[in-house]
Amino acid sequence: MERLPLKPFEEMSPTDYAEIGLKCGLEVHQQLLTETKLFCRCPAGQYTSTHDAEVLRHMRPTLSEMGEYDGTALMEKKTRKNITYRLHHATVCTYEFDDTPPFPINDEAVDIALQLAILLRLNLVNELHIARKQYLDGSIPTGFQRTTILGVDGWIPCKDHKIRIRQLGLEEDSCREVSDQGHDRVYLTDRLGMPLIEVVTEADMFTPQETAEVCNEIRKLCRSTQQVRRGYGATRQDVNVSVRGGTRIEIKGVPQIWRIPKLIYNEASRQVALLRIRDELNARSITEDTLETPNKDITQLLEKSSYVPVKNAIDKGLLVKCIKLPGFGGLMNTLTQEHTMFGKEFSDRVRVIACLTELPNIVHSDAASDSLWPQDWQKLRKRMNANDNDVLILVWGDEKDTTTACQEISIRAREATIGIPSDTRQPLKDGTNGFERVLPGADRMYPDTDLPPITVTDSRVNSARERNPEYVWDTEARFINGGMVIDDAERLCISPLAPLITYAITDLKIKPVFLGVLFSQKWRAFKRAGLQPKLLTNDAILLLLLALSSRLITREGIAWLIEILLSDLADKEEITKDDVENLLNELQMKPATEDELNTALDNAIASCSTVLFPTPMKKEKHLMGQLMRQLRGRVDGERILDILKDKLIPEIEITVAVKESVKS
Amino acid sequence: MTTSTSENTMNGYRGPGRTVLENYGVDVWSDVEVKTTNGQFRGIILPRSETADDKHIVLKLDTGYNIGLAAEQITEITEHGKREANYKIPEQEFPTSPDKPNIVLFGTGGTIASRLDYRTGAVIPAFSPGELYGSVPELADYCNLRTEKLFGVFSENMGPEQYIKLAKRIGEVIEEGVDGIVIGHGTDTMHHTAAILTFMVQDAPVPIIMVGSQRSSDRPSSDAALCLINAVKAAAESDIAEVLVCMFGPTSDEYCLLHRGTRVRKMHSSYRSTFRTIGDIPLGMINPHKITTFRDDYKRRRDDRDVKLNINYSDEVTILYYYPGMKPDVMEAMIEKGYKGIVIAGTGLGHVNKPTYRALQNAKDAGVHVYMTVQTLWGYAGMYVYETGRIMMGLGVVPLANMLPEVAFMKLSWAIGQTNDREEVKRIMLEIIGDEITDREPYNGYLLYQGAVPEVQEFIKTIRR
Repeated sequence: MERLPLKPFEEMSPTDYAEIGLKCGLEVHQQLLTETKLFCRCPAGQYTSTHDAEVLRHMRPTLSEMGEYDGTALMEKKTRKNITYRLHHATVCTYEFDDTPPFPINDEAVDIALQLAILLRLNLVNELHIARKQYLDGSIPTGFQRTTILGVDGWIPCKDHKIRIRQLGLEEDSCREVSDQGHDRVYLTDRLGMPLIEVVTEADMFTPQETAEVCNEIRKLCRSTQQVRRGYGATRQDVNVSVRGGTRIEIKGVPQIWRIPKLIYNEASRQVALLRIRDELNARSITEDTLETPNKDITQLLEKSSYVPVKNAIDKGLLVKCIKLPGFGGLMNTLTQEHTMFGKEFSDRVRVIACLTELPNIVHSDAASDSLWPQDWQKLRKRMNANDNDVLILVWGDEKDTTTACQEISIRAREATIGIPSDTRQPLKDGTNGFERVLPGADRMYPDTDLPPITVTDSRVNSARERNPEYVWDTEARFINGGMVIDDAERLCISPLAPLITYAITDLKIKPVFLGVLFSQKWRAFKRAGLQPKLLTNDAILLLLLALSSRLITREGIAWLIEILLSDLADKEEITKDDVENLLNELQMKPATEDELNTALDNAIASCSTVLFPTPMKKEKHLMGQLMRQLRGRVDGERILDILKDKLIPEIEITVAVKESVKS
Repeated sequence: MTTSTSENTMNGYRGPGRTVLENYGVDVWSDVEVKTTNGQFRGIILPRSETADDKHIVLKLDTGYNIGLAAEQITEITEHGKREANYKIPEQEFPTSPDKPNIVLFGTGGTIASRLDYRTGAVIPAFSPGELYGSVPELADYCNLRTEKLFGVFSENMGPEQYIKLAKRIGEVIEEGVDGIVIGHGTDTMHHTAAILTFMVQDAPVPIIMVGSQRSSDRPSSDAALCLINAVKAAAESDIAEVLVCMFGPTSDEYCLLHRGTRVRKMHSSYRSTFRTIGDIPLGMINPHKITTFRDDYKRRRDDRDVKLNINYSDEVTILYYYPGMKPDVMEAMIEKGYKGIVIAGTGLGHVNKPTYRALQNAKDAGVHVYMTVQTLWGYAGMYVYETGRIMMGLGVVPLANMLPEVAFMKLSWAIGQTNDREEVKRIMLEIIGDEITDREPYNGYLLYQGAVPEVQEFIKTIRR
């Protein structure tokens, strides 16, 4: 087995990435939390798995500016896909499947996008122009996505430097793919048309880890508005990767941030590997100009083959074709990504463009022993006039598909002599990527003639600015600098409770570390216990925090009270300030008086007077626990400790003395 | 619409937008850097739509997006050159073969095929055979194509002048020996044109196929290419020598229906499957591989050139859509203005209210021809059913059975174009030329199933609409 051109993922340092000239950019897609879709009044955020009806469409490429079909367009034309859209009564109207023109843009979505454009420090445009961005894969029934730009050229901070933001777009989401087999692709339309924003960064990231971090920062910024959707698929990112001498490759639709580093690593590796293959081919005098890739129908020759895929194909009356790649001998097994060889570049193309989706869809002579008998390969070499320096690839299917397959193999081989083809790649679960489609050209944007431009007034911008939270990084820094655990701070700076927590820190002088424990860890504990802390209104929480700061209740008391509220009022739609007040009154919650405390302590000491404790510390702990239970929520641990110390001074002193002696 | 280029600079800019461009000595197609109080932007200045306000300029960014910048916020514009759009459609020679039928495609102004200018968004119609071949190469599988642009009007601007010119040219090319005719037409009034052509061009020996599209052909999901392919196939290969409308059957890309020109109507403002045969079944269906006819009673293709042209038209005919509470003065105004014919779309079986009777009497006295059709579109005018109907007939109103209101309007215009004689007009109106009135309404001629009914849901779940 050959080795990857890069060190193992874990061993790669920023210097290693700098050496190969890695550059990454991001396109972060974030669904907005609106009630309805962007250009029609269907509900947003409803998903269905069943359908009421189907519509069949084909996408036909339109000619581009130069009278040529765009690369992607041409590819989609070759695939001849029958695209079926599944429609559900609850989630789509005639707009989604392109039988009704768009309704005016969703103002709620524009307002949220505007907030984010401001947070990203973009230069805002004064008038929105709806554009059509062509997608011929069928993921949008119109064949284009309606999209508009709100601002350009902003930045966000990342550690000690700035990451430039190229633009923020507001656009409609696409269909969810159900299946794609042979020439049939099926989509669900429920997600189609939901508003999402696209935040595009410049290629300012130089390691996979940094890219993931920036992605996380952008996501945090979005979430800090409380106006975006969360959950699987609500945020998806495209990652652009290039190495020195390579090409910008787009890995599309990465659903989770933690997947980003490995995907970038593998793509960087692939690009380095492909450049080396190019150099090797050129060294063998195989160039774009010299490459010739003849193919022949060799069905008859393999009639008796026992290799199952070929045998099955021939039994079904399909054809087997052989294509010769002169001078490619030995290269097909070159590792391009982890567990992925160069040969997959060909198999992917055949799968996606020739629609031969059943794998394996090709076999090649560099892995001869895995498929045909040696004598069959011998016969093939003779028929194809091939020597050991050449690679033979077999492909099977009907006449049209095998013709397309041979063309695509030939195109991919030619690209190999030039370098790295401009692809859109799909992320795979193991951190590698596969071919998705040819990268679309620049000429796929055009104005939407169905909708007039929309003026963005100054007052609209100003009110968006007013609605915005403070910068999430400022909130986070305040939490962390105040002593909150970093994990809690990261979680809470994007929480709807962030402004309340900030108020509790700055105005009520409650310690951030306690707030972190309460709102992050306790909150999760409540959820695990089946309670719903989100029932508490901000006012209710505020009252509890006020009670705490005015020493009406204690730190222990607040969590205990919340637990009571959440369990007793679990059926209510929300738990309000009044509910908190009632509970406080009912429990006569006020801090324990000195007398109360002393009496309780005396009783406690009396109750354990006959017990023999091994150390004074154990006795202290026992008493502490008993008092805390008895005066739950009404007295702070520190205060009990103080009083205990007074009462048990001799014993404590001994303990301290023992401790000191151990230390010295 | 195509935007003209260099000779028409400052395209669409007026007021403050124009002033700011002039102040900085820049123009449409200037590649510029614009400083504004909101920051800096780089792009190409695009033409501005005439209907948009005059306060913004439009910039195309490098990413292909367009944005608008407020003129009053612009503090500086620097020009870095010009990048002008090029509108030429690439042409490829349309292949010809002596074995293939010769088809003429008439253009009336609807965009059959087009290419988009990506910089402006302007739709450039593709119309010459070479241009069409560039965008719909499949056409060459069926025929040798000749194209002729007769006029360039939107569907709603079609009128007598266009009908007459179109009918004459159809007659001429038939005599020249073409094997089929295709007419590209905007969809809004396609059924009006289909009706009048049925009356003006009778006994044509070849198919006359009208076609359009509901989604313009610059869109990847357009129905235009499939409609055009099917229409050309119908003109080249079918044996139906009638005026037909060829448009999508279902909204799915599956097949087109062939509708008789007198029984077809646009029934939805935006759906692809908008054209429906009303009160009857369509003549057939067609896809790029197959033509299927549903009935046998159609006129067959012939080798002779004996087409009968009857090109007459009066523009002194109107249509009156009755509404409850209508006052007689509406119709009286029509009479007063000199209209010679009125087609009423009445309620139910063909009714108007009692006050209107007075106007009907006046119409009769003034020699105005009044005909009754039904608003329900489906069904027959049944004026014997109620006493009121009989009264109206006594006032000279002639019921037109199940003739569609628009068809009746076109036919009356044609009839009065020929004569003003009361009996003669009536004879022409009731003489059936192309199924504008049918004797029988088949049981499956009225199918408007309602969603949510279980068996209908079952049907649309399994059959692609």
